[in-house]
Amino acid sequence: MTSRRDFLQIAAATAALVPTGWIRAFAQQRLTQYDLLAFEPMGNVTLVHLTDIHAQLRPVLFREPSTNLGVGEARGQVPHVTGRAYLDLYGIPGGSPLAYALTPEDYVALARSYGRMGGLDRIATVLDAIRAERGDKVLFLDGGDTWQNSYTSMVSKGQDMVDCMALLKPDAMTGHWEFTLGTERVKEIVDGLGCPFLGQNVRDAEWNEPAFESTKMFERGGAKVAVIGQAFPYTPIANPRWMIPNWSFGIREEDVQASVDNARKEGADLVVLLSHNGFDVDRKLASRVKGIDVVLTGHTHDALPQAVKVGNTLLIASGSHGKFLTRVDLDVRDGAVKGYRSKLIPIFSDVIAPQKAMAAKIQAIRAPHEAMLSQELGRTEALLYRRGNFNGTLDDLICDALLSEREADIALSPGFRWGTTLLPGQAITHEDVYNATAITYPAAYRMPMTGARLKEVLEDVADNLFNADPYYQQGGDMVRVGGVSYAIDVARPAGSRISDLTLLRTGKPIEAGSSYTVAGWASVNEGTEGPPIWDVVASHIKAKKTVNPTPAQVTVRGA
Amino acid sequence: MTSAKIPAMSRRQALAFGTGAMVATAFAFRAGPALAAKPATDEAIKAFTRGKEPVKGRVKLELPEIAENGNTVPMTVSVDGPMTAESYVEEVMIVAEGNPNPGVISFHFTPSSVAEANTRIRLAETQNVIAVARMNDGSVFSDVRQVKVTIGGCGG
Repeated sequence: MTSRRDFLQIAAATAALVPTGWIRAFAQQRLTQYDLLAFEPMGNVTLVHLTDIHAQLRPVLFREPSTNLGVGEARGQVPHVTGRAYLDLYGIPGGSPLAYALTPEDYVALARSYGRMGGLDRIATVLDAIRAERGDKVLFLDGGDTWQNSYTSMVSKGQDMVDCMALLKPDAMTGHWEFTLGTERVKEIVDGLGCPFLGQNVRDAEWNEPAFESTKMFERGGAKVAVIGQAFPYTPIANPRWMIPNWSFGIREEDVQASVDNARKEGADLVVLLSHNGFDVDRKLASRVKGIDVVLTGHTHDALPQAVKVGNTLLIASGSHGKFLTRVDLDVRDGAVKGYRSKLIPIFSDVIAPQKAMAAKIQAIRAPHEAMLSQELGRTEALLYRRGNFNGTLDDLICDALLSEREADIALSPGFRWGTTLLPGQAITHEDVYNATAITYPAAYRMPMTGARLKEVLEDVADNLFNADPYYQQGGDMVRVGGVSYAIDVARPAGSRISDLTLLRTGKPIEAGSSYTVAGWASVNEGTEGPPIWDVVASHIKAKKTVNPTPAQVTVRGA
Repeated sequence: MTSAKIPAMSRRQALAFGTGAMVATAFAFRAGPALAAKPATDEAIKAFTRGKEPVKGRVKLELPEIAENGNTVPMTVSVDGPMTAESYVEEVMIVAEGNPNPGVISFHFTPSSVAEANTRIRLAETQNVIAVARMNDGSVFSDVRQVKVTIGGCGG
């Protein structure tokens, strides 16, 4: 009997040769923990970046997007390169472990071969190894979206994640979904966090005074390292403002520059921006703010195997859901970066051994809920995934559930980029449903909406995604729809991208003046009423027993 | 309906009052229907500049790229200049070209005051906000910022 670990080693050994560096080592040799961690050390500072794990303590399946369009100057640039083009760009052989980790190509077959990725206990092992090798040169930074979006993080109000992250001893963090725990809970956690929660761009809404520390200075390998935190700039717009009424956000580019200048004045040899801006926003920011050496970028869930250079600034994108850690070694001398080497370390859960202490902690957290979470609701015939600009089959399932359980004409589901993947034939458990829906404002509303308003909603969200100026983007995907089809021209200006809205039930065009019954969830408005979305979805799956979601019908132009 | 919203005096405004004199007045001119806003904006600017074409620079408008709440958008305007009796900014006018009434507020300055003011403005929809500054020698400068007003996000 061949174990999965043996199979992985064989698969890796038979993968095609590629010309460069660590990818070749990866493909030629047996896939081992040793190889995954192999790194020729450099310089006197090591940054380790983890971001957007969305409270996933255990290894997950997460399919990367096949559609991730860039607009304006970002058109055709990474991270807006997917699938085959991505493999070609980075010289990654098809069918290889990295092809599985980084693209949706042949996803189902490769997922069955290479298994789940991530797991905080595996991440702990990798961190232990890097710290053992690099000692006091290491800075471990958490880019946020850490405390929310799983069942245990929801019922413990983030405490499970706070306790587990405490074992990893991050040096600093910033946030986004953290804020959906509300002002009081965030303050309570931050007060006892054990590491600074940085956010130069979060202010008291009335007095414009800093709500969090902006910058923390560290000594690593004889260099002074300034870490500036940048929380998600549009938290009170993309998420409920009423939960954090006294905090105001924004990009605040000039304040970023002021923080950088201040850090340099205080003798920083290396300036790091720990950012939850999203990749395109950070690329623009890096081109305009002078003096940032490294941007550790998060929010948009992009995983890139190499740093992107903007002027003298390195952009590091480390993926999501615990699938990756990035290690960046830097040679910092005389207040400047003389050289660097980086590696996106894929956390193959069947290859990297779990760290015992973290594994025990995770087990203890889950024990009271394990029976409920593993309970099966039904099965899926289709591959269920969420990531992609316009649709995900998991969202199709949620829209089907909203349409049938809430008896609506039209369903709307938010374009969240988090949520785990299920393979065809797999059982759907309570936990799978929570992994796609666990938020603090889950009410599944049902309301009348005119056709004009529906178009306005779609136009509004489309501009959050496709405004040619990244500073006006919010970093989610397009709102998902059920019961209607539409066409979108991503290259057109705000307010004129959406057309051909058609009600699927009748095949007739959506009339601006007519009223339709719309069901949705995750409204940012206070006082939204309805059952929690996870109950709606669970009830639908139980009723159907086997699900095969209705595919979304979106025609995309101008890409 | 008034398009100006003037809150209690902010600390910065208090400072401005302390060192010199600055008076803020809400606009009262009416633009009629929303469609008339753009011509009304141009007209208001022309009247303010006494027919001169404003030059970009010296006046700086600070606004968020996307408003967290269109009903109360924080705004700071400042003018680069010595603020001496010989050279100072007389008046800064703020117009929001997409509002039903584009006139928002006007700040009057005197020499030795701080040429900076902040307030909160109301924006009905995504639009350009324009600041026009008139110096004591009659020269005029402007700055423009687009502010997006959304109807509810789905980000994440």
